[in-house]
Amino acid sequence: MFRPSHFAAVVLFAMFASVVFGITQRETPRRMVHYGAYCFVLFVGSAILLSWVMFLIAR
Amino acid sequence: MRYSQKGMATVPNKSTGAQKESQQGFVYLPLIAGWLVPGAGHFLLRKWGRGALLAASIFGMFVMGIAMQGKLYSGAHDILDILGLAGDLGNGMLYIVSRMMGLGADQVQVTTADYGTRFIVVAGLLNVIAAVDAHNLRTGRKA
Repeated sequence: MFRPSHFAAVVLFAMFASVVFGITQRETPRRMVHYGAYCFVLFVGSAILLSWVMFLIAR
Repeated sequence: MRYSQKGMATVPNKSTGAQKESQQGFVYLPLIAGWLVPGAGHFLLRKWGRGALLAASIFGMFVMGIAMQGKLYSGAHDILDILGLAGDLGNGMLYIVSRMMGLGADQVQVTTADYGTRFIVVAGLLNVIAAVDAHNLRTGRKA
């Protein structure tokens, strides 16, 4: 059984989803790469930010 | 006053010709193929790189979901089950073959299995997006 940590699961999810978003939502390869990277940063960044918010609320 | 029409009529004719050419045949084939097998719609349109990346991403996400003992929705008992089943069905043949092989957990018992269940559902939704993209390429709506 594959047991990734929560953060590893977030990174894997962000990577796969960003590849599909980049390819399907933009037309040229250059813009696909840029949009995919943008989505990846937003996915992982928002997960880290929300984690800190929940950590501070729970204290 | 005399107007020269040289070159004015040829451009629209070319574009309508290309549009007509792109409408020939069964336009829904990439959509259906892309839904049944991830990336197949793009392969049919000779978009090898895009198809390979889409196939690797969707197949990878689905396999990781199964490896995490994620649940494959089989029935619709409540609204969340219906939504989960709709997402799972987006995987096309991956879902059908996995159900036939008895893969996936019946009950979610550990946290990673919950992640796995979401991975499988999202892989299905991403596959639907990829199939629609193949259809848009086929109809000429996207370059």
